[in-house]
Amino acid sequence: MKRFMTVIAGLATAFACAAPAHAALRVLACEPEWGALVQELGGPLVDVSVATTALQDPHQIQARPSLIARARNADLLVCTGAELEIGWLPVLLQQSGNAKVQPGQPAHFLAADVVPKIEVPTQLDRSQGDVHAAGNPHIQTDPRNIALVANALGARLQQIDAANAAAYATRLQDFQQRWQQALARWNAQAAPLKGVAVASQHKAFGYLYNWLGVVEVAVLEPKPGVEPSVAYLQQVLTSLKAKPARLVVYAAYQDPRPSNWLQQNAGVPVVKLPFTVGGSERAKDLFGLFDDTLERLLAAGTASK
Amino acid sequence: MRHLFPAGLVLAFALHATAAHAADDLASLRAEMQALRATYEARLQALEARLQAAERSAAAQAPAAAAPAAPMPTPDGAAPSAARTAGTANANSFNPALSLILSGLYTRTSRDPADYRISGFARPADAEIGPGTRGLSLAETELGFAANIDPWWRGSAAIALTPDNQVEVEEAFVQTTSLGNGLSLKAGRFLSNVGYLNPQHAHVWDFVDAPLAYQAFFGGQLGDDGLQLTWLAPTDTLIELSGELGRGRGFPGSDSASNGAGRASIALHAGGDIGTGHSWRAGVSFIDAKARDQSLFGLDAADAGIDSVFNGRTRVTVLDAVWKWAPDGNPTRTNFKLQGEWLRSVRSGLLNHDPAGANLDGDLRLVQNGAYVQAVYQFMPRWRVGARTEWLDAGSAQYSAGTGLLGADGFKPRKNALMVDYSASEFSRVRLQFARDQARFGITDNQVMLQYQMSLGAHGAHGY
Repeated sequence: MKRFMTVIAGLATAFACAAPAHAALRVLACEPEWGALVQELGGPLVDVSVATTALQDPHQIQARPSLIARARNADLLVCTGAELEIGWLPVLLQQSGNAKVQPGQPAHFLAADVVPKIEVPTQLDRSQGDVHAAGNPHIQTDPRNIALVANALGARLQQIDAANAAAYATRLQDFQQRWQQALARWNAQAAPLKGVAVASQHKAFGYLYNWLGVVEVAVLEPKPGVEPSVAYLQQVLTSLKAKPARLVVYAAYQDPRPSNWLQQNAGVPVVKLPFTVGGSERAKDLFGLFDDTLERLLAAGTASK
Repeated sequence: MRHLFPAGLVLAFALHATAAHAADDLASLRAEMQALRATYEARLQALEARLQAAERSAAAQAPAAAAPAAPMPTPDGAAPSAARTAGTANANSFNPALSLILSGLYTRTSRDPADYRISGFARPADAEIGPGTRGLSLAETELGFAANIDPWWRGSAAIALTPDNQVEVEEAFVQTTSLGNGLSLKAGRFLSNVGYLNPQHAHVWDFVDAPLAYQAFFGGQLGDDGLQLTWLAPTDTLIELSGELGRGRGFPGSDSASNGAGRASIALHAGGDIGTGHSWRAGVSFIDAKARDQSLFGLDAADAGIDSVFNGRTRVTVLDAVWKWAPDGNPTRTNFKLQGEWLRSVRSGLLNHDPAGANLDGDLRLVQNGAYVQAVYQFMPRWRVGARTEWLDAGSAQYSAGTGLLGADGFKPRKNALMVDYSASEFSRVRLQFARDQARFGITDNQVMLQYQMSLGAHGAHGY
């Protein structure tokens, strides 16, 4: 029995000595949009790794060994919160052995906490599908939310890495300046989308629609997270006869088949939105994300007028 | 005086900067104004949403409210109810996360499961071996509690209610959250971190039953009372080292009730990603358990029961590996999982052996091994199919009091299983499994199992 303990102690010492010294602040971002935002606000001061890609469903990620290793080494965790990561983040944190990034610690940053949330359910019951008690967690689809999160995240970076606080402050100011200019441009560009009726595959774009003044007339999923059957799509089709949609929208990580079905049977053009950074060729960063989102919506939304 | 020079420099620089970057300042002021505007827009938007929600609920309540009383403006009417809500929320907001697993089975076997043995593997009577009971039955109902205890500890318990109305504490442990440096310490009763399948609860297994090797070498699953120290290396590839000391409650230990530990184990696991689509984990574990006056029951070649008593130690080595694939790393639609484990057990000590009243004592050394390989493929959302093949080798005992110990020397039990399951959501699963079980010498048992597993309450996060 003693032998085992000696081996453990020996190996632990060996690894502890071999630990590489990182100068940059190691940040683990749960979703690509926050990875991109931390990169904007931290630049060379941060070493960012992102737990998921734009082609993965952020609700359903497995607590893979690589993610546990990255949670263990993180100086800061940046996630959406609002229960989006409830199926996997708690396991990462429990197994990480990293006291810094546990819930409630300064290095545990949840973006949804600083944003007013929509679609907060009045009734919590799993018979309603994959509902989030805190409201719709897909906050990154509204650029005004990005601005709010940037302010809070910038402040958090200054708090955690106090030695570089001034540099973070400068970068935040610079980002906000560029972001507000871009926002003004997007607002102007998006004017024709106001009042356009759309159908969505998943209730993932509520914030985007709020921003653009787009009206969601139908959702293809019968309940959040439940894939629609053909019978249900028929019902949606019937309801669309009364309230026609000009577009049907789905996110890059989703299976396009329900949306394609609607296109074939109702002639409604399908728009695949990047949803987050990396969701399309052009969505390389946060600016590209909204450039591309608007361009795709405008192309399909105005062409079929 | 020495301080004045740098101060002057800073001042000069600041003045220069002010002059040169006045235009920039103007731009940044404008940006700040815009940021403020965005903030207020978002707040206004939130207020609007709340107003709408309030209007909706007011509209819903209006007909009900109109009947009992005149619609008088009661400024303090709403306040007590709001305070009450907040009060109740406070009273239970520290309750632990509660979850409940409901599970039931229909089992059909071609042989009577009451006679089920793994030939050549003499085991204690309470080892969980075989398909259980036939017909319709309730499987274990598992009640889970978990919460943070304070800033330094979290606690978790899994209480199993068995179908015969017994309560079993499956897990009940406290775990540190604040050690840092990749360390965490667990104390209490927990599933040992050896192998791949062992630390997982039965309701997350991909097949109805534990592999034969787990049944034969751990009596189902290795759980123990004790301490566990886990350490993660500060590397990008997962390297996890864990050591445990326990009392050796279950097989291969015998709950020695001595001052020392009845079981020690050490496990080393490594894991990582290959591209975005593939991930893996592999490990090696060693278990060393003591047994004192351990009553074993086996069958000889003539199907006659043999009782024996073992005193000694058992060392088990486990090699485990799992590989998972999903297109673009998105398992929602399709995914594939391949896993395998190999176990080798060495028992050495004294065996008292009593075939037909001949009371024999002798030194025993018995090397046995077993393995399984299984693959599970989700070919479309909600639907998965899986296959598992497994084998054991009963080995041949070196026994100083005679040979042909259990009459099944060198016997190699086999089992193959196929399963298909359907998950309407991530909280419910219905599974059909066919198995051809040749664990009994010269007997083939065809087993059909239909199982449901549902989880209620807190959203449990699952491990890899």
